[in-house]
Amino acid sequence: MSTEVVHESPSIKSASADYLSRVKAGDIGALPAILGLVVLCLVFGSLSDVFLTPGNFANLLTQAAAVIVIAMGLVFVLLLGEIDLSAGYASGVCGAVLVILVTNHSVAWYLALPVSIAVGMLLGYVLGTLVARVGIPSFVVTLAAFLAFQGLLLLLAGEGGTIRVEDKTILAVENSNLTPTLSWTFYLVGAAAYVLIGLNRINSRRKAGLKTELIKLWVIKTVSLLLITGGAVFALNLERSNNPQLVSLKGIPYVVPVILFLLVIGTFVLGRTAFGRHIYAVGGNAEAARRAGINVKRVRIAAFVICSGLSAIAGMIFASRQNSVSPTTGGSSTLLYAVGAAVIGGTSLFGGKGKMRDAILGGLVVAVIDNGMGLLGYAAGIKFIVTGLVLLVSAGVDAVSRRGGSTS
Amino acid sequence: MSTPILSLRNIDKSFGPVNVLKGVNLDVYAGKVTALVGDNGAGKSTLIKCIAGIYTPESGDFVFEGEKVQIHGPRDATALGIEIVYQDLALCDNLDIVHNMFLGREVKKGPVLNETEMESLARKTLDGLSVRTVKSIRQTVASLSGGQRQTVAIARAVLWNSKVVILDEPTAALGVAQTEQVLNLVRRLADNGLGVVLISHNLNDVFEVADNIAALYLGTMAAQVDKNEVIPRQVIELITTGKSAGVEPSGVNA
Repeated sequence: MSTEVVHESPSIKSASADYLSRVKAGDIGALPAILGLVVLCLVFGSLSDVFLTPGNFANLLTQAAAVIVIAMGLVFVLLLGEIDLSAGYASGVCGAVLVILVTNHSVAWYLALPVSIAVGMLLGYVLGTLVARVGIPSFVVTLAAFLAFQGLLLLLAGEGGTIRVEDKTILAVENSNLTPTLSWTFYLVGAAAYVLIGLNRINSRRKAGLKTELIKLWVIKTVSLLLITGGAVFALNLERSNNPQLVSLKGIPYVVPVILFLLVIGTFVLGRTAFGRHIYAVGGNAEAARRAGINVKRVRIAAFVICSGLSAIAGMIFASRQNSVSPTTGGSSTLLYAVGAAVIGGTSLFGGKGKMRDAILGGLVVAVIDNGMGLLGYAAGIKFIVTGLVLLVSAGVDAVSRRGGSTS
Repeated sequence: MSTPILSLRNIDKSFGPVNVLKGVNLDVYAGKVTALVGDNGAGKSTLIKCIAGIYTPESGDFVFEGEKVQIHGPRDATALGIEIVYQDLALCDNLDIVHNMFLGREVKKGPVLNETEMESLARKTLDGLSVRTVKSIRQTVASLSGGQRQTVAIARAVLWNSKVVILDEPTAALGVAQTEQVLNLVRRLADNGLGVVLISHNLNDVFEVADNIAALYLGTMAAQVDKNEVIPRQVIELITTGKSAGVEPSGVNA
């Protein structure tokens, strides 16, 4: 019995061949979304002289934030091959709960926020139970919930009424920034952690005598990621106020660390825990997962709970951005943008394929189209059509690559 | 022959008024491949589901490694070291080979999956089975051929120091070359000391790889005989009529 380990010396060539075979197997990764983002930025940057300013960049991030967070929750549900059409209004309902508690009942934000998240999780639990235990298709359950949550929000907000946000912390999320020094500290700590985790992983694989990822490729990826994010921090630290004597406006918006925190937690759960693995397994082949002893129903319910729970956080971001909660919070195109964001980022609508980062990449693409076309003076109608087409193309790429990936 | 690793004695199983298994005996030996043959409806699937703990027989004994045991659920069977590879492969296309082999039984370090440990163990198991056909064990199952998938499913069954592996028609959907590949693997499982039960409709496969043949006929064990003592025609007679000239009925002649 031979237990020797095969040591192939990896090279850039074999790595790119690996990537190509993964593409053929239906796993296109993040490259299309990144390329799309770069192309869109170049196009809008050349057409509009406002697009590439630090002020607009910060604007873009705060515009995209809520949709990104909803999309992050949707990734969990989409991974199962299900959908949650009610996530947008769930964020509205939870945002309303938060603001009613804070504004009308003077509850501290750090108490009200967990309550609103718990409300979101409860809504998700109901949806998940109806899907997993009763067996109603998620499309129908969440379509019904879409309507019902809209009604709930209307009742909470009072017809035509808006509830103002006066809490400073909640307002700060979308409207204030880390100081430039704190921004750089945040960047350096994050970068150091990223590099250390990567090195540790390579090291432990090497110690176990396993094939390691190509070091050169890892270095290239890491350095370019750190350069891009470093550049972003630098740009955000520039003065972007029209009247710096009156108010200074610089640094990373508070919502960015919030999103990165969710990204880290979500990526960890999906990639490094048994629960995350089971989500992928249920999305890939529910029967195989069941036979492997996985409690499929519980996994399904948990995904809906996570999705609606994250929607509650998005609700807080909405409240912060709009300074209020109204009957349209989380409505109109929010949910569609969020689904679009996840799919454009590379998450499959057929289940079993997707990552947390997809929500961010796709969310940025959606926000860039919205923001860029707005700056160029296009009507909202054109923006919707273009975003719809981009979503269609992404879903098409997903469907075609999926067909190419199956061997049987 | 030596003592069987797994022995079934007088297994009875009914579904309502339908008596599916009537006093079935079966012996599985370590290091041997036992082929289980029989026509559709003879009770093959019911029998292995009884072994797997999915069904509980009304009466009869399981003797495992010389001791009488109770199997009341899939977990009992797994705990004894009995693994089943089902006909429709229970693999997730979107996960890689390592993930599939450890699905539902992940190795963890605290709350975190221990990927390096799992990959090493998977590699070791595949090497132990002399599997050389998969290039990288980090590729998704979607990119594998039918034979390679079957290989992964079998490797998954032997990963857990299992002692008896039951294969339900592992070659049913495969081409000639891949069938050969899988049959070689089945042979190697037995050579590594496992007791192997192979369910198959294909007598060529059976005669190529099995050491002894157990033929079910309408819920009774027509005979369990050494491969070298019978010719295919006799096995066909056992399958279709339940008896054959020159073969002892219910041949527990070990």
